[in-house]
Amino acid sequence: MRVIIVGAGQVGESIAADLSGAHDVVIVEQDPDRVEELNYSLDVLAVEGDGTNVSVLDDVDVADADMVIASTDDDETNIVICSTVKAVSDAFTIARVKNTEYLRTWRRSTTAFGIDFMVCTYLEAAESIVRVVGLPAARDADLFADGRVEMAEFDVGPGSPIAGQTVAAADTYDSLTFAALVRDEEMLIPTGSTQIQASDRLVVIGTPRSVRSFAGDVAPEDDALSGDVVIIGGSEIGYHVARMLSDRGISARLIERDPDRARWLAEKLPDTMVMETDATDIEFLEREHVGDAEVVVAALDSDEKNLLASLLAERVGAERSVAVIDQADYVELFEAVGIDVGVNPREVVAEEITRFTRDGGAENVALIENGRAEVLEIEIAADSPLVGEPIRESVQSLSVDVVIGAITRGGEYVVPRGETVIESGDHVVLFVEAEHADEVSSRL
Amino acid sequence: MSIRVDYRASLRLVGTVLKLLSVPLLLPVVVALAYGETLAPFLPTIAVTFLLGTSLERLTDDPDIRAREGFLMVATTWLAVALVGTLPYLIEAHGIPLLIEPIHPGSTLGNPANALFEAMSGFTTTGATVLGSINVTDHTRGVMIWRQLTQWLGGMGIVVLAVAILPELSVGGAQLMDAEAPGPGIEKLTPKIAETARVLWGAYFMITVVEILLLYGLDLAGMAGPNMDAYNAVAHGLTTMPTGGFSPQARSIEAFSAAVQWVIIPFMVIAGTNFALVWQAVAGSPRHVFEDTEFRGYLGAMAVLTAIITGLLFTGGFTSGVPAGATFDAAYLQEYARTLSDSLEPSLRHALFQAVSIVTTTGYASMDFDVWGAPAQYALLFAMFVGGSAGSTGGSVKVIRWIVVAKVIRRELFTSAHPEAVRPVRLGGNTLDDRAIRGILSFTLFYISIFFLASFVLFLDTTRAGVDFTVLEVISGAASTLGNVGPAFYRLGPMGSYLQFPDSSKLFMVGLMWAGRLEILPLLVCLTPEYWRK
Repeated sequence: MRVIIVGAGQVGESIAADLSGAHDVVIVEQDPDRVEELNYSLDVLAVEGDGTNVSVLDDVDVADADMVIASTDDDETNIVICSTVKAVSDAFTIARVKNTEYLRTWRRSTTAFGIDFMVCTYLEAAESIVRVVGLPAARDADLFADGRVEMAEFDVGPGSPIAGQTVAAADTYDSLTFAALVRDEEMLIPTGSTQIQASDRLVVIGTPRSVRSFAGDVAPEDDALSGDVVIIGGSEIGYHVARMLSDRGISARLIERDPDRARWLAEKLPDTMVMETDATDIEFLEREHVGDAEVVVAALDSDEKNLLASLLAERVGAERSVAVIDQADYVELFEAVGIDVGVNPREVVAEEITRFTRDGGAENVALIENGRAEVLEIEIAADSPLVGEPIRESVQSLSVDVVIGAITRGGEYVVPRGETVIESGDHVVLFVEAEHADEVSSRL
Repeated sequence: MSIRVDYRASLRLVGTVLKLLSVPLLLPVVVALAYGETLAPFLPTIAVTFLLGTSLERLTDDPDIRAREGFLMVATTWLAVALVGTLPYLIEAHGIPLLIEPIHPGSTLGNPANALFEAMSGFTTTGATVLGSINVTDHTRGVMIWRQLTQWLGGMGIVVLAVAILPELSVGGAQLMDAEAPGPGIEKLTPKIAETARVLWGAYFMITVVEILLLYGLDLAGMAGPNMDAYNAVAHGLTTMPTGGFSPQARSIEAFSAAVQWVIIPFMVIAGTNFALVWQAVAGSPRHVFEDTEFRGYLGAMAVLTAIITGLLFTGGFTSGVPAGATFDAAYLQEYARTLSDSLEPSLRHALFQAVSIVTTTGYASMDFDVWGAPAQYALLFAMFVGGSAGSTGGSVKVIRWIVVAKVIRRELFTSAHPEAVRPVRLGGNTLDDRAIRGILSFTLFYISIFFLASFVLFLDTTRAGVDFTVLEVISGAASTLGNVGPAFYRLGPMGSYLQFPDSSKLFMVGLMWAGRLEILPLLVCLTPEYWRK
């Protein structure tokens, strides 16, 4: 595959490094020093030029490219690059943006701006923080359908109250599906009578809220979550973390220093208690019992402040700290000093784009058990074999084991039951073994 | 001092409204013709309002309405129409020297102060009366229907009506409607303000017609009691939707059957609802109406009051003796106590009717609530301060303001414990900015202050004039006129009148009704020196 990457910042370089092994990678970058450096450090072709310029794109044979990734630091530039590419080429276009409004527009019509896949830096970073904060017991977790559906993988463990129960007895959740059970390296699709064992690993799909409350039930009593989360800094990332946590039924406290921003956040986040103050004020941290928090997330606008805020919060007694760290080099250092998890937004985005590039077309994929199974999100076309019949019958006709984990219809969650009838246009999140994944995604 | 307000522009528009007023005056003419009565009270009135209007219109050719002119125009309009509205009453009592003989020389409305009180009470949809005898024998049917019609015109707002009809008000219209409409701010239902005004008046007209047909239908079915006829159906249709409360029956709605009372209740509820919501329910999805914070608060307030009063009435919570100034005797009291303890329905019906009537500031009565005991009466006095919804025809403080006040109090309590917390006040899905909250808090405080001040003035004036009113009578009278409710207690009760007040008090109450209808500020702002200066 021939891939053109426009903009070789940290994200561009990281993607290029990941892809250069298996694909032909061309980098377009404005900074001549950077171009020279990349030509030596990576096995790629780096070219100097402005990626919004159609003649520059022609020079790198954009017409023959299979994929173009716009990853400059400017949203509008990335959008223009993709639109320009679409005008002269059939290449698959990927754009990275910061502004979530662009993402919202793009989700309305996935051909908007000539972009085939859009990744939002802040949203990805927030999702990765929420995965750490929201489901600490989960081995793996992933979001689908704009965050309305979550897949998570749990170890049952000997202390768990559901160990020894049948699936039918353990499944007391309305909007949760038990998709798979991993036992002795063997992957089983559970039925109501399957007995859950302490050594099992469970894959569940459902609304984020139900997944979280299930996580509380799987874990032994003393590991239960207090649900007290404090977010320091109302940056875009801080805002999205608070929003996603409240989708999971966790009402966080959010500390923001700027009065106007605090007001805006308080308006947008009805379930979140927004406090307007400087989070490095120890007297405040003690008075508001920030030390009782289960997790403190530092999402201020500079790495140094995040380090300080996290360390202060841990000092007054917070259990765990997660910090946003812009400078990739600092992640290890900060974690060594005492921060539990450092999240680097650029790295997260680069990973997302790389993963997407590797997995190809499906809208959203999560790999389970090192790729032995996949959870896919598919938009159902009118001619899909799933349309029009109750799930019980349509799934039988597929001749492959598929578990329908969740359905969203017009943005609303629909509980999949045996008698549910899937309509065209629905987004279906399903579980399938990896060897059949391609077949399933092409037939549906 | 140079005057910076273009008062000519304001007066010119007042003139246009006066000219328009000659059209609705044709309804009493038609009624008078139908019953073979004299047209004398109306033809001169039509001539006067038309000529006065035309001459005011000559003041300027190009009226430029801005915020200041808007306040002046709205405030003056309400006084002007009330003044014109007195003419039929005065002519009925006095005739016109040399031309027309007096028709009913004994009418209490022959006193100009009384006539102005009655006219202002009509246009402001208060429903407080100074008629000595309320019936269609001591007054002509034409004059009595005019009294009903003033309320119907005042309900949705004369200025709103003018905006709906007059193309020249398309720009300044929003300003004018804002000054006139009850509640904080107006909601544009359509991009064009004239269209919005037309939608409002259209819905208002249609619902009025439906009510009239229902009432007349009950009469035809023989279920409305002996007092109902086509005339009464129209008369009560005209005063329900504006939350007015005037009735050509001395015993108000008590004169009719229980079925009529049940039919009128939902119309009072609709009248006290935000018309934007009513429009949404008709044009769009009725489901969303019940998600509206104010509507739920409004229904909740009436439900709680009804439950309390039903309980009090059913368990015999009546006054122990006949209080001073009451319009009933001991036999009447005993009869009520007997019928209401028999079954739950009458207690529920009377509690609901009175609660809805007072909360919406309509002022009808299905029984004389002077027979109630102190707790139930106190509940009604409290209800006078609730008011209908914003954007309805109701008066008083309005439910939405109380909801905001309650939320602000809760926020204050919360931020006392957590000083750093940022808590915007939410209404439904929206948040209110601090400016809007300040406006609502200061209005509410202002309203309560004016109520206390007005009560005090009325105490002073009645004592000066040697009229012996009780405390409850005076404060309920002040609350009732300021809130455009209508009836108060005892002598001012639903079957009584405000006649015993001295003229000076009546004129003061004219001011209260006027200020109450315009929600105080548009009137008061015209009285400040800063308003007139640069």
